[in-house]
Amino acid sequence: MGNRWWKAVAVAAVAVSGAACGGGGAGDGGPVTLTYAIWDKDQQSAMEKIAQEYTKAHPDVTVKVQLTANKEYWTKLQTAVTGGSAPDVFWMNGPRIGLYASQGVLQPLDEQIAAAGVDTAAYPKSLVDLYTFEGKKYGLPKDYDTIGLWYNKALFDAAGVKHPDASWTWDDLKAAAAKLTDPAKGQYGIAAPADSQANYYNTIFQAGGTVISADGRKSGFDDPATIEGLKFWVDLIKSGSSPTVQQMSDTEPTQLFSSGKVAMYYGGSWEANGFAKNADLTGKVDVAPLPKGKKEAVVIHGLANVAYAKSKHPKQAADFAVFASGKQAQQIQAEAGAVISAYQGTQDTWVKAHPQFQLQAFIDQVPDSVPLPRSKNTSAWAKHAEDLLLKAWTGEKDVADAARELAKAVDEELGKEK
Amino acid sequence: MTTLEEVPVAAPQRAVAGRPVRRRLRRREWLWGLAFIAPNGLGLLAFYIWPVFQTLYYSFTEWGAFGGHTWVGAENYVKLLSDPEVVKALKNTLLYAGLVLLGVPVSLVLAALINTPGLRGAAVYRVLYFLPVVTMPAAVGMVWRWLYNGDIGLINHVLSLAGVEGHHWVADPRFALYATAVVGIWMTVGYNMVIFAAGLKGIPKDLYEAAELDGAGPIRQFFGITLPMLSPTAFFVTVLTSIGALQVFDVIYLMLGSNSAALRNPAIDENQTIVFLFFERAFVDNDKGYAAAIAFVLLLVILLLTIVQFRAQKRWVHYA
Repeated sequence: MGNRWWKAVAVAAVAVSGAACGGGGAGDGGPVTLTYAIWDKDQQSAMEKIAQEYTKAHPDVTVKVQLTANKEYWTKLQTAVTGGSAPDVFWMNGPRIGLYASQGVLQPLDEQIAAAGVDTAAYPKSLVDLYTFEGKKYGLPKDYDTIGLWYNKALFDAAGVKHPDASWTWDDLKAAAAKLTDPAKGQYGIAAPADSQANYYNTIFQAGGTVISADGRKSGFDDPATIEGLKFWVDLIKSGSSPTVQQMSDTEPTQLFSSGKVAMYYGGSWEANGFAKNADLTGKVDVAPLPKGKKEAVVIHGLANVAYAKSKHPKQAADFAVFASGKQAQQIQAEAGAVISAYQGTQDTWVKAHPQFQLQAFIDQVPDSVPLPRSKNTSAWAKHAEDLLLKAWTGEKDVADAARELAKAVDEELGKEK
Repeated sequence: MTTLEEVPVAAPQRAVAGRPVRRRLRRREWLWGLAFIAPNGLGLLAFYIWPVFQTLYYSFTEWGAFGGHTWVGAENYVKLLSDPEVVKALKNTLLYAGLVLLGVPVSLVLAALINTPGLRGAAVYRVLYFLPVVTMPAAVGMVWRWLYNGDIGLINHVLSLAGVEGHHWVADPRFALYATAVVGIWMTVGYNMVIFAAGLKGIPKDLYEAAELDGAGPIRQFFGITLPMLSPTAFFVTVLTSIGALQVFDVIYLMLGSNSAALRNPAIDENQTIVFLFFERAFVDNDKGYAAAIAFVLLLVILLLTIVQFRAQKRWVHYA
C-alpha cells in the first residue's frame, strides 16, 4: 500500500528528471518548450489559446499548459522548486508571493515589462503592489476576483422567497436561508463551510473586524468584531440552515449547490464558467452582491503570472509571463468568460461573456473591497486558522475560544517573520 | 612469471596450484552472481538503502522553504517526543495495522474455499478477489469515498432500506479509521488469498490420507495438518501485511484527506496515520527535517515489530 505509493514517487521522479534532461540542452536560439502551470480546469482552454497565440508570434517557442488540481498545486510546486525543476511560468497568488519572491524563486520581470512596452498603470494598483517585492515586479497581474452570493432561482421561487439583491443584509440572508431549508427533501438554505476567502474573511470585514493588522505584526482574530464575523457561519450550521461540516466534507459545497441541495452559496467570480457549463443549472442560477453586515465589504484578490528564476530558458519564460498578462492575452481570457481580467477595459468583456448571470455584481463590489489577508509567510499562520476554526465549525470548540486561541498562534507565527 | 604452458609441467604440485584456480573460479562466480542481482540490487541501493541513511541525516537538520538545510542536532527528536500528534498518529497506525491483520484469517478461509475440489468457476472467484490488488489505489480510494458518503452513498442507502440510519463514515472521527481499514482489508485479502492457496497446494495429499485412515475428521485435519503445514505461509503473509499496513498512506490520503483545497476533513486530525503525518509535515508544511525524524521513528517501529515477529515465529511456525 504505502509501499506502492513510494514506488510511484520513485518512478515519477525518474520520469521527471528524464523529461527535464530532454527539455533542456536546446539553450537560446533553437526551438524551446516552456511549461505553464495552472490550477483551474475551467480556465485551461483559455490558457491554451493564449499559449497558441504566443507561438504564433514566436514560432520557435511552444508553451505546454500543465493543469494541477488546486488542492495539490502548491504542494507540488514547492516540491518541484526544492528539486530545482519547477515549471518555467506559473500562476502565483497573494498569500504565497512573499515567500516565493523573498527566497529568490522568481525572476524580476521589470526588464521584460519595459521591453514589451506594457504600462502597469493599466492594472489595478493594489494588484501591481501585491506582486512587487523590494521595488521589483515579480509578477504581472492576470486577473482579479471578488466573492458573490450565488443562488438557485428555482429553489427560491419554489419556496416563495424574494431573490437576493444589493439591499440584502445579514438578517435577510439568515431569514431566507431558514425558509429555503427543507430537511424532508435534504435541502438547505446555504452552504457554510470553513472557507476563508469565499466565506468568513468577507463577514469578518463586514462586521468591522480584521484578520492581520495593517503593519502585519498582529492577528485580529481575537477582536470581538472578527468573532462576530466567524459566528455568522457557525450559527447558520447550528440553526440547521447549512449542512454540517461532515456533510460538506463528504460532498463539496460546490457540488451541493450544483445539484440543487443548497439554495445559496458564497462563491468567487471564477465560478461563473463552471456554472455556465453545467447543463443542470441552465436558467436556474444567478448571482447577487454579498449581503452587508455593519458595512459593505468583500475580499478582493488577483493572480499573477510569474517566471521561475532557474528556468532553462529564463528569457523566454519571463517574456511569456509578461505576454500572458498583457492586453491581448487578457482579452482572450475575458472573452472565454474564465475570470475577470486585470487589464484595464477588459472587465466588460467578461461580464458580457455570460449574459445569463448578473456578473456586474462582482465588479460593482470592487469599491468596498478589502485585499485578501496575507503576510510574508501566509501559509504558516493560515494553517492554524484552518485547524482551529474547523473545530469551531464542528462545534467541538466555542467560536470565541477558538478565535482567541488562534490569535495567539497567529501572533507567534507573525513574530517569526522579519 | 608463470605462463599457461607451465601449468601442466607443474603437475606434481597441482594440489598447490589448484588453489588459486579455484579461488579465481569462485571469484568469477561471485562476479556473475553480483551481475545477476545488480539490476535489482542497484535499484534497492539507490531507492531504498541510500535514502534510509539520507533520511537519518536529514532528521538532524532543519529545512528552508525551498531546500537548503542546517544541522540542528537532536532538536527534531526532542520536539517529536512531546508532540501529541505524533503519538496519536502512531496509535492510529498500530490500530489500523491490527485491523488490517484481521483480514489474514479471512484470506485463509477464502483460500481454503477456493481450493475446494470440484469448485466450479474457481478461476472467476480468484480473479474477483484479486482485482482489488491490481486496481489503482487512487481509484479505489475515490470510489470507496463515494460509497461511504453520508448523504448519497450506496452503503447508507442500503442501510436505510433495512431501516438503519447510517453515518458520515469517512467524515466522522469515530468511524473514519475503521471505514478505511475495511478498504485496507479489501485491498489485501486477494493477494494473501493467492499466497495461502499456493501454500495449501503444497501440502502433501498423503498426510490427509494417513490422517483419514487414523480416523481424523475434517476439523481435526485442519488443525492437525493444514494449520501447522501452512504456518510458514501465514508467517510470511502476516509480516508483509503488517509492514504494508504500518506504512499506509494512499487510502488515508484519498478517503480522509481534504476533498477540496479549502475544506479539511473534520475526521483527519483524530485519524491520521504516521505516513500521512509525515507527508503533511514534509510536503504541505515543508518541515522536511522534522518529517524525516517522523519517518525514522516509523522505520524503528517497523523494525522492532518485525524483529518481535521473527522471534515469536519459533513458537508457532513449523518448517517441514
